[in-house]
Amino acid sequence: MKFSLVIHASPFSAQTSSTAYRYAKCLLDEGHQIFRIFYYGDGVLVANQQITPPQDESNLLTAWQALAEEHALDLVVCIAAAVKRGILDENEAKRYEKPNANLASGFELSGLGQLAEAIAVSDRVVTFGS
Amino acid sequence: MSAKKSILIINQSAPYGSSNGRESLDLALTCSIFEMPVSLLFVGDGLYQLINNQSPEQLQMKKHEAMLSALPMYDIDQIYVTAEDLSENGLTENDLAMPVTLIQRDVIASLIQQNDSVLTF
Amino acid sequence: MTLHVINKTPSNLPLYHRMLNGLSAGDGILLIEDAVYAGLSAHQALFEGLPIDIKLGALEADIQARGLTHRLSPTFTLVNDKAFVQLSCEHDKVVSWY
Repeated sequence: MKFSLVIHASPFSAQTSSTAYRYAKCLLDEGHQIFRIFYYGDGVLVANQQITPPQDESNLLTAWQALAEEHALDLVVCIAAAVKRGILDENEAKRYEKPNANLASGFELSGLGQLAEAIAVSDRVVTFGS
Repeated sequence: MSAKKSILIINQSAPYGSSNGRESLDLALTCSIFEMPVSLLFVGDGLYQLINNQSPEQLQMKKHEAMLSALPMYDIDQIYVTAEDLSENGLTENDLAMPVTLIQRDVIASLIQQNDSVLTF
Repeated sequence: MTLHVINKTPSNLPLYHRMLNGLSAGDGILLIEDAVYAGLSAHQALFEGLPIDIKLGALEADIQARGLTHRLSPTFTLVNDKAFVQLSCEHDKVVSWY
């Protein structure tokens, strides 16, 4: 079955972002397809390449990156939510004259149209709210 | 893309205190551009988004009511509020910023059933 | 048929009431994260008088993490991650209450 996930929750202050990761991994293990994962609201905070958790805590960013690489996942970060939280790709850093980009590799910035499309084409859309 | 999937967006957050309301309306407008039929249900604290005469100038925040006023321009006219939420808050339809369809609370289950996808904010 | 997934403790009563209002016969409820405390026997009055044939589940990893394995009301089924995925497929949609 074709799934898309919407993740609103901050990876730092709520468990939900990690529940979403476990769910996504299990979907793939069970042979389902993930059309897209859309990060919205504080959910976008996971796509900051500077995230440095303490050594005895798990790292959701690298976990998502590894899963995305293994399964060629489409990880889309809402551009409006990301830019206002200081998560910029090269283009946005240039556009707003910021010294550097910090969007983690494996993620891309795009608009809400990507979420609308995911809703339109997926068999199931599962929301992970904070 | 099969653009005709219907979506119900359930709003249960108050405006200003959190950004959920703005994010849900942004999504509603976008889905409408993609010609997906959109219904909005304002329930629980979500009802407060619809209260009229909002003046957030001192907060230096965008006026939620102004965003709501864009909905008709995007042909989003399936806007639902429960009569119970109104009366439990001592409000009437005259307190609302826009015309809505009043439903009884027990109709929510069929709204969920009727739509292909349901997102909550 | 809808799978209703809720993730807040039962002290968020209005959230539970909204979810329960949205139930139709044949739907499922899955408690995840902090919602698993609603699986304690003392909270079962919440789930009385539901429409017919509502299946109640609680996510195993969250139950275990919170020390509730032997405290879960028998009205709830333990659901592991694989079963969560299966339930998502068996119902036509998933609605999250948070």
